Amino acid sequence: MEIGTLDVMSPQNGGRINTLVFYPGRCVRCGMCLKVCPHRVFALEGERIRLARPADCMECGACRKNCPSHAIEVDSGVGCASAMIKAALRGREDVVCGEDCCR
Amino acid sequence: MEEGYSQEVMRTTATLGRKEAWDHAKARMGIARMEHRVRPGLYALGEPTRSSPVLVTANYSLSFDALRSSLPGRDAWVLVLDTGGINVWCAAGKGTFGTEELVRAIEATKLSERVDGRTLILPQLGAPGVSAQEVHGATGFKVEYGPVRAEDLPFYLDRGECTDAMRTVRFDLRDRLVLAPVELRNHRWGLALLVLLAVLVPFYGLEVLVVALGGLLLFPALLPYLPGKDLSLRGMALGALLVTPFALFQLASGMDAATLLAVPAEFLLMVPLAGYLGLNFTGSTPFTSRTGVRREIFTYIPKMAAMAVLGAVIGGVALLVHWGWL
Ligand code: SF4
Ligand code: SF4
Repeated sequence: MEIGTLDVMSPQNGGRINTLVFYPGRCVRCGMCLKVCPHRVFALEGERIRLARPADCMECGACRKNCPSHAIEVDSGVGCASAMIKAALRGREDVVCGEDCCR
Repeated sequence: MEEGYSQEVMRTTATLGRKEAWDHAKARMGIARMEHRVRPGLYALGEPTRSSPVLVTANYSLSFDALRSSLPGRDAWVLVLDTGGINVWCAAGKGTFGTEELVRAIEATKLSERVDGRTLILPQLGAPGVSAQEVHGATGFKVEYGPVRAEDLPFYLDRGECTDAMRTVRFDLRDRLVLAPVELRNHRWGLALLVLLAVLVPFYGLEVLVVALGGLLLFPALLPYLPGKDLSLRGMALGALLVTPFALFQLASGMDAATLLAVPAEFLLMVPLAGYLGLNFTGSTPFTSRTGVRREIFTYIPKMAAMAVLGAVIGGVALLVHWGWL
């Protein structure tokens, strides 16, 4: 079991507000997450990396993909309502962009 | 246009002309979607030497042009990945601006034979698709992430680092409004139908048209000023705002039973319509997470559907009263 897991919990809705999980114990402090995150979710505090703004995470997956020590987990994917609604209506799990979005 | 990576080094400049302006205008309007691409491969910007920096981008013409036009008077290599004409951020999300494609591009262009450096500068927004360590392992090239916006590249190239602001996505008025023409185009048939409806049923038709156009055009503009945190809620607030003048006008012209029923029915029908359009804007913002959107869908869609059904029932009763059948 990982010690020091920071799960992003929101007391307001009684559950996680997003899927971002940071395992500080695995971090080798390379600073990659500081560079790639477009929402400044991670911050350097002295020598350590810390989740500074977890609620701002938009689950783009950049940090997980570029962390060399698997210290970050996040379930990334298309965060587009119309694509998700279309997938749900078709009874599909995979959410893909149509050609009308994302340009 | 020829397909695939060019074997030869191609030339480019930092100057954009009328041809590019026309191409960008069409791209912004959503016209000829698949034509806004450049040939993938290696470009010489200015007169690069073997030690000039190598910048990576997507083969969407707007991405490529933003990059080169931000570097007037500089010499650099530009490696254009084949993302199928999709911009960096969206292609990174889909994985086409990704580790595999980058490795393929490096090999196809024989990059390691053409430059001495072993560093690639990628736009930060390409990071969701690229694993820097995997690229390094496969090719020996080290991936560095530059700023989010191309305009900050000169700063980054001069100092080798970015400020926090350069690493953060914004979504200012200009970013939001630039989406409007494509939104209009995506909904063109629905809107045409509403225009027809407005001609056939002047008052209510116009009301629906105003709410729909408001949801598509005013919503992005007013986004930061609308109350609530969720996009659906903000959309519904805008819907209520837009219906109010229509309702006031009706109430001012007479308060018979039919009108007193019609007014709440309008709110119940129009507010969820605007809320739905707001919810759909999630795909365009760089702020919503998939978990957040899923939560919004589950929270608001049932409520909006219930409102609309109730509104339709009350509206039906209002019509019957108006026709004297009740
Ligand atoms: S998933 Fe994206 S937004 Fe979330 S913390 Fe990682 S880099 Fe930042
Ligand atoms: S990328 Fe991973 S290892 Fe590097 S600083 Fe961030 S969490 Fe630590």
